[in-house]
Amino acid sequence: MDPLEALVAQIQGLSSTPGDIARLHIILKQADDSLRAESTRLSPVLGQLAPSEHSLGFLYVLDAFTSGQISKQQAETSVPIITGFINACNAEQIRLAPEKFVLVCKRLKDQVMMLEAPIRGAGPLLTAARKLQLSTEHLTPLHSDFLMLCVLAKCYKTGLSILEDDIFEVDQPRDLFLYCYYGGMICIGLKRFQKALDLLHNVVTAPMSTLNAIAVEAYKKYILVSLIHHGQLSTSLPKYASSVAQRSLKNFCQPYIELASSYGTEKIAELEAYVQTNTEKFENDNNLGLVKQVVLSMYKRNIQRLTQTYLTLSLQDIANTVQLNSPKEAEMHVLQMIQDGEIYATINQRDGMVRFLEDPEQYKTCEMIENIDSSIQRIMALSRKLSAMDEQISCDQLYLSKVGRERQRYDFDDFDVPTKFNI
Amino acid sequence: MDADDETFAPITDEVGANGGDEQRSRRPIISGDHLDIEAYASLYSGRTKIMRLLFIADHSSDEKVGNPSMNLEALRMAYDEIKKGENTQLMREVAQKINGRLGPSYELDSAWCDAVDHRAEQKKEKLDNELNAYRTNLIKESIRMGYNDFGDFYYAHGQLGDAFKSYVRTRDYCTTSKHIVHMCMSVILVSIEMGQFTHVTSYVNKAEQAPDALDSITIAKLRCAAGLANLEAKKYKLAARKFLETNPELGSHYSEVIAPQDVATYGGLCALATFDRTELKSKVIDNLNFRNFLELVPEVRELINDFYSSHYASCLEYLGNLKANLLLDIHLHDHVETLYDQIRHKALIQYTLPFVSVDLSMMANAFKTTVAELQKELEALITDNQIQARIDSHNKILYARHADQRNATFQRVLETGREFDRDVRSMLLRSNLVKHDYNVRQFRKL
Repeated sequence: MDPLEALVAQIQGLSSTPGDIARLHIILKQADDSLRAESTRLSPVLGQLAPSEHSLGFLYVLDAFTSGQISKQQAETSVPIITGFINACNAEQIRLAPEKFVLVCKRLKDQVMMLEAPIRGAGPLLTAARKLQLSTEHLTPLHSDFLMLCVLAKCYKTGLSILEDDIFEVDQPRDLFLYCYYGGMICIGLKRFQKALDLLHNVVTAPMSTLNAIAVEAYKKYILVSLIHHGQLSTSLPKYASSVAQRSLKNFCQPYIELASSYGTEKIAELEAYVQTNTEKFENDNNLGLVKQVVLSMYKRNIQRLTQTYLTLSLQDIANTVQLNSPKEAEMHVLQMIQDGEIYATINQRDGMVRFLEDPEQYKTCEMIENIDSSIQRIMALSRKLSAMDEQISCDQLYLSKVGRERQRYDFDDFDVPTKFNI
Repeated sequence: MDADDETFAPITDEVGANGGDEQRSRRPIISGDHLDIEAYASLYSGRTKIMRLLFIADHSSDEKVGNPSMNLEALRMAYDEIKKGENTQLMREVAQKINGRLGPSYELDSAWCDAVDHRAEQKKEKLDNELNAYRTNLIKESIRMGYNDFGDFYYAHGQLGDAFKSYVRTRDYCTTSKHIVHMCMSVILVSIEMGQFTHVTSYVNKAEQAPDALDSITIAKLRCAAGLANLEAKKYKLAARKFLETNPELGSHYSEVIAPQDVATYGGLCALATFDRTELKSKVIDNLNFRNFLELVPEVRELINDFYSSHYASCLEYLGNLKANLLLDIHLHDHVETLYDQIRHKALIQYTLPFVSVDLSMMANAFKTTVAELQKELEALITDNQIQARIDSHNKILYARHADQRNATFQRVLETGREFDRDVRSMLLRSNLVKHDYNVRQFRKL
C-alpha cells in the first residue's frame, strides 16, 4: 500500500481518543521525512483530512506541504488552506506539536507579506496565538508576528486586544522584545502613550547580555514618547536595567538625547531649529512623525503651565507667552486641548479671553468608587502572585544549590543544606 | 496687631496707600546723599581704609551715580593714607590711577618709594638676624615675637601671603591661650584682606575654642569676622545671625576691618532678606544690643520697621536710595542685587499673604510699579510656588488659591496604585526572563 495512503488512513483512524493521538504522534514523527519528500503530492491528501478532527495529522501534512520555496501563485492557494486550518483546528492536538504549528504560522506570515496583503494574515494569527497559548499570561512566538502584521496593515485595534493581557511567561526573550516593540508602536498609533511607555520600558530594561538592535530602536521611541507624555526624560536607566544597556544604549541614540536636552530648555524656537537640522536622521529611523508630535507637545505643556498661574488670560497673552504666531493659533491649540481633555477651560470669543477651570472630578461618583475598588482588587491579586512567585523560587532546586554554595561561608550553626543541592 | 494703631477708620486707607502718600509726612524720608568720603574713610584705619578708598575710586568712575570728583577725592585720600604707611606697591598703583590729575604734589614720589624700600630691606635683615638668634637659643616666646614681627612687617609692606605664613608659623610657639587668640586675630585680619574667607571661618572657630582668654571686645570682633565670611559665602542667614549677635562694645575697636555702621547695614539687610516675620521681630526689632548699631544708620532702621509694618513703598524707597552707596562698599558690592531681589520678593509675598483677593492696580501702586511689571513678577513667584494664588488677567485681580487636599489625595492614591501595578508587572516579567535565562545556562552546564 502506498505509504502515504496508509498514513492518511492511520490519521483518520487514530484521531479520536487521547491515547490514540499519542500513538499517532509517534507515527507522524517517524513519517516526517517521508512526508517532506512527497510534498508535491500532498494537496489532495489535505482534502481528505478534516482540520477540526484530524488536526495533528493535518498539521504534519501541511508542514511538509508548505516547506520549500513557494511562488506567488502557490501562495494564493495555500493561504486560504492555512487560514482555514487555523480557524478550525483543535487546540489540544496542536499543543502536542507547538514548534510545527509555529513554523506553519510563520510561513503564513511570509506568504501574506509576499502577497502584500498583511491584513489577511492578522485575523488568523490572532486565532492561532490564542489557541497556542497555555494561558493568557503566556507569550508565544506568534504574538510578535501577529503584532507586526497589525502594524503593517495599520489595523491597530485588533492588535490592542491582545495587548490588554498581562504577560508573565516567556519562552524566548527575542519574542518578548519584538512583542513589546511592535506593541509599543501600536499603542503610539492609538495615542495610548502610557501603555506604549510601559511596553517600551520593558524592552529597554529587560535582562540582556549583549545589546540588540530591537532595544536600540525601542529606546529611540521610548525617548520620544517619554517627552510627549511626561515632558521630560530621566537621564539614566533604572538600576535594574542590564549593565550593557546602561552603558551603551545612549551611544546609539545620540540625536534623540540631544533632542531631549533641547526640549528641556523650554525654548520652542531652539527645538524646532534642532529638528530642522536633523530631519534626515529622524526620517531614516521612521520617527519623523513622532518627532513632530514632540514639538507639538511642547506647546501643550507651556499652555498647561499657564493654567497653574492664571485664572483668565487673553488669547493674545497666551500667544505671546507660548511663542505662537497669532491669537487665532492660540485659540486652535486651546480648543484642541479642551477637546482632548488635557485642560479644563472655556473660551470667551467676545473678549478674546480664556478662563481656566479646575478639574471638575470630585471623586464622589459611583464610577469612581468602582474604579478604586477594582484597582484595589487587582493590586491585591498582583501582590498574591508576587508572594507565590517568591515562594516558588525559594523552593527551586537551582536557586537552592546556588545559595547553598554561598551559605557555607557563614556560620556553622545555620542549618545544613542537604548535599544533593550542592553541585 | 501692632499696638501702635490708635484708630480703626484710617486703616483701610493706610493699607492701600502703604506709606506712599505724600500727606503722611510723619517720617521724612531721607534720601541717601552722595557718600561723604571723608566721613566714610574716617571710620576705618589701616590697610582696609586704603582698599576701600581705591574700591570707591574704581567703582565711582563706572557707576551712573558716581561723579569724577568723588573718584579724584577718593584717590587723593588714598594717596595721603598710603604716604603714612610703608606700602610702595600700593603707592605705585595709586599714582598711576591719579595720572597727574591732582597736580604735581600727587605724582609718583620715586624718592619716597626708594627710601621706603631701602628701609624695608634693612629692617628685614635685622628681623631675620634676630629671628635666627632666637631660633638658635630656642626661646619659645622670643621666636613667637620674632615671627609676629615678621608678619607685621610683611603686612605693612603689602606682602600678604608672606604675612599669612609668618603668622601661621607662630602657632607652634604659642603657649597661652592669649597667644593663640592673638595669632588667630592676626591671621583673620590678613585673610580678610586677601579675600580668603575660608581661612577666616576656620580661625574664628579656633579662637572661639579658648573662651577664657576672650574678652567681650574680642568676641565681638570674632562675630564680625564670622559674619563677613558668611556674607562672602552667600550664606546670608548665618551672616545675619552673626552680625546680630555682635555686642555693641565693639565700637570702633575693629576699625581695621569693619565699622559699626557696617555691622548694622549688613546685619539689617541680610536679616531682612532671609528671616521670617517672627525671627525678624525677635532678633532684630526687639534686639536691644542691635538697636545700638541701628541708631548709627537710621535709614536701615527705618526700612526694617517699614517692612515689618507693611509700608512697602517707603521701605523700597529707602532701599533704592541706599543702593548707590551700598554698591561702593567693598564687601557688599557683589551681594546688593541678590539681597535686594530677595527683599522685594519677600515684600510681594508678605503683601499677598493675608488676602483672599488683591486688586493688582492697588498693589502696583503700593509697590510703585506698573500692573504689567507686577504681573510678570507675580507670575514668576507663583510658578516658583512661593505664592499660592492665581491671576485673573482680565479683571486684574489676584485670587488666593488653596489646594484641595481631598482631591489631591485621591489623585495621588490612584497614581500610586497605577505605578505599583506597572512596577510589579514588569518585575514579574523580568524575573521570569532571568529565571529562564538562568535555567537555560544551568541546563547547558549540567
